[in-house]
Amino acid sequence: MKPASTFRLSKDTVERLLNFASPMILILIWEACARLGFIDVRFFPAPSKIFTQLLVMVENGMLWKHFWASMQRLFWGFLFGGVPALVLGVAMGLSRPLRMLVEPLVSATYPVPKSAILPLVLLIFGLGESSKIVMVGIGIFFPIVINAMAGVLEIQKIYFDVSKNFGASNWQVFRTVALPGAMPLILTGVKLGIGMGLVLISIAEMVGAKSGLGFMMWNAWEILSVETMYVGLLVIAVLGIVFSQIVTEIERLIVPWRNGR
Amino acid sequence: MSDVKIRLRELSKVFQTQAGDFTALAPMNLEIPTGCFFMIVGPSGCGKTTLLRILAGLEKPSGGTLEITKPAADRPSNSMVFQGDSLFPWMTVFENAAYGLRMRKRPEGEIRDVVGHYLQRTGLSRFHNSYPHQLSGGMRQRVSIARAFANDPDILLMDEPFSALDEQNKILLQEELLRIWEETRKTVMFITHSVDEAVTLGDRIMIMTAHPGRAKQIVDVPFERPRRVLELRAKPEYGELVYSIWGHLRDEVQRARALDEGSAS
Repeated sequence: MKPASTFRLSKDTVERLLNFASPMILILIWEACARLGFIDVRFFPAPSKIFTQLLVMVENGMLWKHFWASMQRLFWGFLFGGVPALVLGVAMGLSRPLRMLVEPLVSATYPVPKSAILPLVLLIFGLGESSKIVMVGIGIFFPIVINAMAGVLEIQKIYFDVSKNFGASNWQVFRTVALPGAMPLILTGVKLGIGMGLVLISIAEMVGAKSGLGFMMWNAWEILSVETMYVGLLVIAVLGIVFSQIVTEIERLIVPWRNGR
Repeated sequence: MSDVKIRLRELSKVFQTQAGDFTALAPMNLEIPTGCFFMIVGPSGCGKTTLLRILAGLEKPSGGTLEITKPAADRPSNSMVFQGDSLFPWMTVFENAAYGLRMRKRPEGEIRDVVGHYLQRTGLSRFHNSYPHQLSGGMRQRVSIARAFANDPDILLMDEPFSALDEQNKILLQEELLRIWEETRKTVMFITHSVDEAVTLGDRIMIMTAHPGRAKQIVDVPFERPRRVLELRAKPEYGELVYSIWGHLRDEVQRARALDEGSAS
């Protein structure tokens, strides 16, 4: 007689089904409303239409072209914004003078809406690839630099005492205490930064690009191809989910000591 | 046990606080011979941890001098077993125990052998891939001891390493510590607030007074080594020594308490 385990298993299954069911039901209602004429299909085309458009765009290579353009910008943006942010943030957590020096700059620039500086970035970096990469970089820079610093400041002092007593050099303290100790918060910063990066790449491509998912959606609005617009939205949404899942997996791999806490 | 390993001359520590200067350690003179298991007992606030942190290089003295005989080349001067949880949560048991050797960039083969030896001596071999949060408090403190011994320092500094453990674990770890210590007979400076622990482990016990911290008395422990904790405790001489040290300490604890109450009212 194992009623408890049976109950738990079925509860899990039910919950998973519910998770899956809610978007499916929404899509079905949407489809029905579109077909029955309850909603204006010029603004809300039926999901089946959007899906057909998706298949067309996959086949003619348009989706891949725009997707790939955005992905490249995101990659370089994450790299050029994220890596310096990581190093600077951890260093700020470790060094009080550096923190005193740099923190006012970060606090002053952080609240500025990143989208508001797009014109300035376009002015400085032109309409080429670099302006888009810079926008993504700025988006990911702030959450990582702030979280890395907070992560190091949260590390208990005793761990630094241990490393000092065991003769760790500054670089060894960075590598064996500060970086791993701050890693959980840094990864939270990466997740926030990826979200911000997706927002900014969309906006940047809408205004200043001839390729990419942002451009694709903006162009679709201009030529009133509403289905294409929805395809773009769908792809960006899926990208957000996939990136977030990837970071969660990385977290599981490189922060195993947090499991079961 | 003839040559002096640690020599303090008028060593003192004053902390600058907002309420003014606070003397944690009044000028102290002390000599600790090589190979001595030196215990420091005292009420809380007697500056014993401050003294240990100065020896560990984690605090700078305000006055006086500290002389420590230079260890043989490529050997660290001291390693500390900290009070409470000091294992890196992001490292496995093995990585934690290997920390000192890794920082000194010893060859991987040597690290495996040495750390393997001490993990085996502390009964942790099965757990070398576990993370600290998966271990009990007693096991975590064993790793901490293995980490200090594996680093093969000239002097071991121990800051109330067993204070957070229950009585059974405490006795087990004291026995283990004595057993491992017998292998090398390093100079040890061990802080505790437990008179029992001081008499059980030490060759020599320094009793400290509080506010400001200074040495009140140094007592030699006559018991032979190697020692077995429980058998030692059954001896009448053991009880007598504990009782006489308590006599010195009780005055101190009461005086410290009176001072605290006086300043509180």
